Amino acid sequence: MSDNHHDKEDKKMYNKGEVITGIVIFLVIFAFPFWYNMGKAAPVPQPELTEKAKAAKECVEPKAFMKTEHMQILNSWRNSVVRNKNRLYINSSNKEFDMSLSNNCLDCHSNKAEFCDKCHTYASVTPYCFDCHIDNPKEK
Amino acid sequence: MENSRRNFLKIAGISALGLSATPVLDAFALDISMLDMKINATPGKDAITAKRWGMVIDTRKFESEEDLKPMIEACHKIHNVPVLENKRHEIKWIWEEEFKHAFPNLEHEYVNESVEHLPFLVLCNHCKDAPCVRACPTKATFKREDGIILMDFHRCIGCRFCMAACPYGSRSFNFRDPRPFIKDINKKFPTRARGVVEKCNFCAERLAVGQQPACVEASKGALVFGDLENPESEVRRLLKTNYTIRRKVALGTGPSVYYIV
Repeated sequence: MSDNHHDKEDKKMYNKGEVITGIVIFLVIFAFPFWYNMGKAAPVPQPELTEKAKAAKECVEPKAFMKTEHMQILNSWRNSVVRNKNRLYINSSNKEFDMSLSNNCLDCHSNKAEFCDKCHTYASVTPYCFDCHIDNPKEK
Repeated sequence: MENSRRNFLKIAGISALGLSATPVLDAFALDISMLDMKINATPGKDAITAKRWGMVIDTRKFESEEDLKPMIEACHKIHNVPVLENKRHEIKWIWEEEFKHAFPNLEHEYVNESVEHLPFLVLCNHCKDAPCVRACPTKATFKREDGIILMDFHRCIGCRFCMAACPYGSRSFNFRDPRPFIKDINKKFPTRARGVVEKCNFCAERLAVGQQPACVEASKGALVFGDLENPESEVRRLLKTNYTIRRKVALGTGPSVYYIV
């Protein structure tokens, strides 16, 4: 029985041409986003600082840290303010800051379109902060 | 081993399953505490604190709906409460209610005339044993250690269990985006988004900077706010010297808002 099963005829590939053409077409279509966008990478955005932010020189934490961890900071600020009533943040160099996205972060960074949105759009993230927090406390 | 199509498919299937399972396993392996960064924080130095915040409303000082307006407006303005004409979409933190609706278990057909037509100011009772807190499946609504029933709007999924649980109708649901319905926005306070529930927060943001709640400030002394567990406090003095009632006490929620009638 097993001999019958494994004889030469059984191992022959049927419709070789069509199958291989099919696989090639599939791979080309599957990889479409890669070859279509090849060499067209969008430049890394440079968020712009307002005059107020420039004058302050440093954010609540060093720039590199803020760049990668601002969402974690905001998350713990929220928990601290809402759940534990602690509204003052003491940073790594012992300075105190009011933990408020609306009244502190967005007071310096009052240019949401040039500051927040630039990177968020590039990274294709859509945080819902601004559904509630008013993005420009000073103007409008 | 001789390869057969059957074996090939078996191995391919298992490999695909393994590849797709890794992200799921990674997510489970993620330490939740990593998401909440440890930070150094303190309350502001002006913050006022209590063991259990409560309020006494002297209804004898109100005669008409007009008398309640300044308090309602003060609250709704600073908290960006939208004005929606459609009653079914209405959002309210503090509002006016008739005696028979505010105190249905005390009302009877011969209730005295002054009370029958007196406007009552009602708001979230910040209950000692709040049913909304128990009903909330995400802990978006919780009881703070100072007795305030607070909401973390970020966490509200809009299931409205809390609204069904609250016997005082203190909670409103944002059926629509509230922003277009706020006349002049207070930029210092966030608005809410469509799909979340909201209610009075006993002005937690004002207590944090040493201010009295907005309604109390606008009440010209008719509303008194203070620590129910401090025998020396003004609210306790009023409770000791006046007969007071609370809303639907028999339900066992332990409301923290008292009415002098």
